[in-house]
Amino acid sequence: MAEVRDREVAAARAPALHVPHEEALGFWRKYVFSTDHKVIGIQYAVTGLLFLLFGFSLMMLMRWQLAYPEQPLPWIGRLLGDSRAPGGVMLPEFYNQLGAMHGTIMVFLGVVPLAVGGFGNFVLPLQIGAPDMAFPKVNMASYWCYFLGGVTMFVSFFAPGGAAQAGWTSYPPLAAITPFWGQVLWLVGMVFLITSSLLGSINFITTTIQLRAEGMTFFRLPFFVWAQFVTAFLLLLAFPPLEAAAVLQLMDRIAGTSFFMPSGLVVSGQPLEISGGGSPLLWQHLFWFLAHPEVYVLILPAMGIVAEVIANNTRKPLWGYRTMVYSVVFLGFMSFIVWAHHMFLTGMGTTIAGFFQTTTMIISVPSVIILTALFLSLWGGSIRFTTPMLFALAFLPMFGIGGLTGLPLGLSATDIHLHDTYYVIGHFHYVVAPGTIFALFAGIYHWFPKATGRKMSEFLGKLHFWPSLVFMNMVFFPMLIQGLAGVSRRLYDGGAMYTHAQEVLYWNKIMSFGAWGLAVAQLPFVVNFFRSIRGGEPVSRNPWEATTLEWAAPSPPPHGNFERPPVVYRGPYEYSVPGSAAGYLPQHVAAEH
Amino acid sequence: MQLPYAATARPDTGVTNGKLGTWLFLASEVMLFGALFATYIILRVGATHWPHGAELLNVPLATINTAVLITSSVTMVMAWASCAQRSLGRFRLYMGLTILLGAVFLVIKYFEYAAKIHHHLYPRTNTFLAIYFTLTGLHAFHVFGGMVLNAYFWGPGVRLWRENPEWFTHRVEHAGLFWHFVDLVWIFLFPTLYLL
Repeated sequence: MAEVRDREVAAARAPALHVPHEEALGFWRKYVFSTDHKVIGIQYAVTGLLFLLFGFSLMMLMRWQLAYPEQPLPWIGRLLGDSRAPGGVMLPEFYNQLGAMHGTIMVFLGVVPLAVGGFGNFVLPLQIGAPDMAFPKVNMASYWCYFLGGVTMFVSFFAPGGAAQAGWTSYPPLAAITPFWGQVLWLVGMVFLITSSLLGSINFITTTIQLRAEGMTFFRLPFFVWAQFVTAFLLLLAFPPLEAAAVLQLMDRIAGTSFFMPSGLVVSGQPLEISGGGSPLLWQHLFWFLAHPEVYVLILPAMGIVAEVIANNTRKPLWGYRTMVYSVVFLGFMSFIVWAHHMFLTGMGTTIAGFFQTTTMIISVPSVIILTALFLSLWGGSIRFTTPMLFALAFLPMFGIGGLTGLPLGLSATDIHLHDTYYVIGHFHYVVAPGTIFALFAGIYHWFPKATGRKMSEFLGKLHFWPSLVFMNMVFFPMLIQGLAGVSRRLYDGGAMYTHAQEVLYWNKIMSFGAWGLAVAQLPFVVNFFRSIRGGEPVSRNPWEATTLEWAAPSPPPHGNFERPPVVYRGPYEYSVPGSAAGYLPQHVAAEH
Repeated sequence: MQLPYAATARPDTGVTNGKLGTWLFLASEVMLFGALFATYIILRVGATHWPHGAELLNVPLATINTAVLITSSVTMVMAWASCAQRSLGRFRLYMGLTILLGAVFLVIKYFEYAAKIHHHLYPRTNTFLAIYFTLTGLHAFHVFGGMVLNAYFWGPGVRLWRENPEWFTHRVEHAGLFWHFVDLVWIFLFPTLYLL
């Protein structure tokens, strides 16, 4: 109904048809070196998903070592080779590689590329009614920089001495004395990834400001676009300092400078032959100046996806859309001045700690406002429990746990007890794994019909959702318990050698089985994903009866997206409009007759 | 597929896509060099001894280089103005001069570096030289990048002139913004490293 009406209205308004002509491009230009934002989005998403799987596999190896310290890994152990696991027993150095690379891959190669590069690229131009990104070639360059960064990180496992071992944070001086090639490749990989994010963020901001369709004012932008818009600013302004830091650490490694090396540094009883005079704290400041905004880069797109899915499936406008927009902008600003709450234990001084714990408490306010608005949006809705909605609903309490467990870490006094324990691991995994990754799954199920023209199976979707929810909690909740008991998060044997850890040691096996169960629970998703590309139920433009502009384009949209430039007449979430025949008013429909 | 507002400004924002993109890129560059200047401050504040720039560095050469870069910014503006007046010949002259002055800057910089190495003053010698080489090296890299960009507009990029001189003028303006930024970074680097 709405579609027909739309076509009539638009035809009356724009008699001069603008038909995007489908250029005859070869296979390579169309699918590999494409400048189409949708193809690039899918490239980002698929590569990101593969890296998520790879990073997850690294962690499953670690979980064996934690549950069964120094016992040979069954089957896989022998394949790892003597330099990594002689006799199938993992070496501490290899465990450290797994830890460092799990973090790096999950954050920089998995979640961010999927959330920003994948969903941002695919959905944002469609939702604002644009034919493409503002700089299509830059967009392509952004993907290929990311790809090169990923290859560099992957290859580092096979370098002499293995991959980087100094944690995903690469703190010097530890990072300066681990095997040479692993760390250098890590730094070079980071420079590629940072360049990729910079190119992407310039594109996102310019596209949002310049290519909005007629009538698409800023307060008619879907919340998802706002979230991506703020995220892009964080990437644009927070990543360059890490690029500088990576260059400085490369100089330390290659040119023998001492940017991060203090005077009088002694390693294994030998004084290092360096000029000294540098500051290890400086690296931490530069790193966290990026990495705290990075937390919001991980979470804001997720909130954007959840907002879209919730509004669509409750059939109600979002509660407090404007408040959410103001909150997300405020959050973006604040995220630049909270970074040192990761550094309360470094001895940087109580005055600075006092400042940063205050800003940290302030930044929790807009996060709570957004989450509350999303909860209140459920009130009185006639909820459709589709697979994307289930993931979006699970995001709310899971992110809630992640957020609330963060409060004691944001206060410097309580942080002293908790900081180096598994509590921290539990806290941020609740934010990113059952939080962000669930939101990303919601997004995949929600926009899959738009990308392929076919729906994913609801049955397999639910078979994916429920076990994932159980296993996620089985993996991460015990971490909070172990952490409160004081178990350090950096132990090769999971705490087996410590007396105070004995009482909570049995959780290690439970968590490990949870992790392996979580892997099994992803199988329905993999089957569903590949089977639905060709065998899913075919859909028209708007299978979810949604209001935003991406659903006005064909599924899948052609190069250029819309048959004619859409015109926007209303806000993004006009569901359950009184007196409306269809029950909802899409943004591009002029008026109900 | 022709994207909207690539060649003409969007009425409500008043800018073309390229101009906004260029300014955003420059914002990220400010953060990049900002972090390095912050590094300079932290290293210097924490140092027991910090050499006076003139003790180790060649101030007269750097002064000449400052003049060279400022002159190149002037020729860059002339190149853009020639475009705006639709004179391709003068554009090529001034853009050529800009590229040439960039090359002069790099050659002088090369002699400075060579003299340091000759006197066994390496990045690893002390943190002052470390930050000196990093900052000026990264800046020289930017100068080189700007030269490549300018050379593109001087040479193969000119074909856009024949199709759409207005768009070409916009793009020269964007290249100019970058060139002025690189110049500006040097204006900060020169006193910080050589004079303070």
